[in-house]
Amino acid sequence: MNAPAYNFAYLDEQTKRMIRRAILKAIAIPGYQVPFASREMPMPYGWGTGGVQVTAAILGPDDVLKVIDQGSDDTTNAISIRKFFAKTAGVATTTATENATVIQTRHRIPETALGPNQVLVYQVPIPEPLRFLEPRETETRRMHALAEYGLMHVKLYEDIARFGHIATAYAYPVKVNGRYVMDPSPTPKFDNPKMDNCPALQLFGAGREKRIYAIPPYTQVVSLDFEDHPFEPYRFNAPCALCGAENSYLDEIVTDDKGGRMFVCSDTDFCEERQTAGHHGSLSAAPYKEKAHG
Amino acid sequence: MAEPMLENDQPLLVADALGKSYGRIAACRDVSFALYPGEVLAIVGESGSGKSTLLQLLSGQLAASSGCVSYRMRDGVTRDLATLGEAERRFLFRTDWGYVHQDPAQGLRMAVSAGANVGERLMAVGWNHYGRIRDTASNWLERVEIDVARIDDAPRTYSGGMRQRLQIARNLVTEPRLVFMDEPTGGLDVSVQARLLDLLRNLVAELHLAVIIVTHDLAVARLLSHRVMVMKGGRVIETGLTDQVLDDPREPYTQLLVSSILPP
Ligand SMILES: Nc1ncnc2c1ncn2[C@@H]1O[C@H](COP(=O)(O)OP(=O)(O)O)[C@@H](O)[C@H]1O
Ligand SMILES: [Mg+2]
Ligand SMILES: [Zn+2]
Repeated sequence: MNAPAYNFAYLDEQTKRMIRRAILKAIAIPGYQVPFASREMPMPYGWGTGGVQVTAAILGPDDVLKVIDQGSDDTTNAISIRKFFAKTAGVATTTATENATVIQTRHRIPETALGPNQVLVYQVPIPEPLRFLEPRETETRRMHALAEYGLMHVKLYEDIARFGHIATAYAYPVKVNGRYVMDPSPTPKFDNPKMDNCPALQLFGAGREKRIYAIPPYTQVVSLDFEDHPFEPYRFNAPCALCGAENSYLDEIVTDDKGGRMFVCSDTDFCEERQTAGHHGSLSAAPYKEKAHG
Repeated sequence: MAEPMLENDQPLLVADALGKSYGRIAACRDVSFALYPGEVLAIVGESGSGKSTLLQLLSGQLAASSGCVSYRMRDGVTRDLATLGEAERRFLFRTDWGYVHQDPAQGLRMAVSAGANVGERLMAVGWNHYGRIRDTASNWLERVEIDVARIDDAPRTYSGGMRQRLQIARNLVTEPRLVFMDEPTGGLDVSVQARLLDLLRNLVAELHLAVIIVTHDLAVARLLSHRVMVMKGGRVIETGLTDQVLDDPREPYTQLLVSSILPP
């Protein structure tokens, strides 16, 4: 067999060192966006090139990698990233959250509580939480530097004025370690509480925008809100139709064109483990119809 | 009892030999004056005379080439603006100061609701109760004669006069002691101008605001200001009580200004 034409985990050692320096700086300043020289990866932006570079920089030969996309291990995106590292780094891969040492994710945090020996790597499309109201990069940087975050509450105010409640459901802004306001990437706000005081290291990579940021283990992460409109993690008010879980984040699946739908765990590994352990939902195959109210 | 009197006896802002050059152009030279709490000062002069430059120097947005500006902060301590850190200067700007731009689009967030435009400064200083922020914003909309039913509309959908009144509410919500205004009635129809001036005059008196207003319109100066400074070529060439300067100008340049603008 010939030696592969690429370095371990695809990136050359110099690039990995550069990324590791950015990661170390990010860990030292929780929630602060560290610029880094993002490299071209053999996949398009939007496929998690930022997360892939972070994963490549931290992966060692003994690591066990899990990749999820919207909670699922089996989407094209998740499979191709998993295969990419199996091939370029020869690392073991898994779908079981508790067996993984590195978990790269797009849009979810696993339901199974993470431990101190794990690293969660988020794929981030837009790292700047202030961007939607303040397009000038020079100004948003100054706002972060001076901790001027009134604008974040302007966004939440607008939500309440328009919808009667804080309608922001994804990428819900958080304050990290009492200092920097951070975009948690488009995870559902249901996952926000999992970021707080988490034993695992959380790393965020934005490829196109060339930013890395981090939440070190056991760091305070607070979701922004108003006294009279406190933060509430949202989930559909139903048990999982497959495993009966009452506390997992659910995907709504439309099953026919007559309003039939079912709610199932978005975290497929979590759901399957529960079913294997003997938990059942209201149905396993037939579509679930929500009972009419009253 | 004696303290408020004493406070009013001390100037709020002092300009000392202020100057600004752009290469060989002296946009502003050797300007000195003191502004007292509740006092309205108009800066008048033809286009290019240095009014906007002076306003930017006074509000710390532009670094002076010579001289200095000092301001008596809310804690009573007088500070040289040049020695304020950026965080302090920005804090001053959204609490104890207001700045009303000629173009409301520069002073407002056009895509954000009127309520949030007014509430932003409150949120910036840590207000964290939606209901109270909204109530305060409603109050201010009323005070500037904007129908409270429009609170959730963006200023994009407002008329020019409403936008300008909204900009004023957005500035006054933190009860600043000093407001800078650069041609606040410029670009508005005459009848809209009249209404705005009337509103400004009442608010300034009620709130005991100090105002430094730049205008090329002497009618605006006459209606709003206690004192006038006339600028020409970057210098203050005449200064005094508004009625005195406008009714009995000493300088030929001021006489020209007065005669060309005020109807005989
Ligand atoms: N940024 C600048 N660079 C060079 N010259 C300037 C600049 N700003 C103003 N000036 C010049 O300074 C003078 C005063 O300008 P300005 O303060 O805008 O006057 P006004 O507001 O009274 O019309 C003018 O000659 C103008 O051309
Ligand atoms: Mg001007
Ligand atoms: Zn399930």
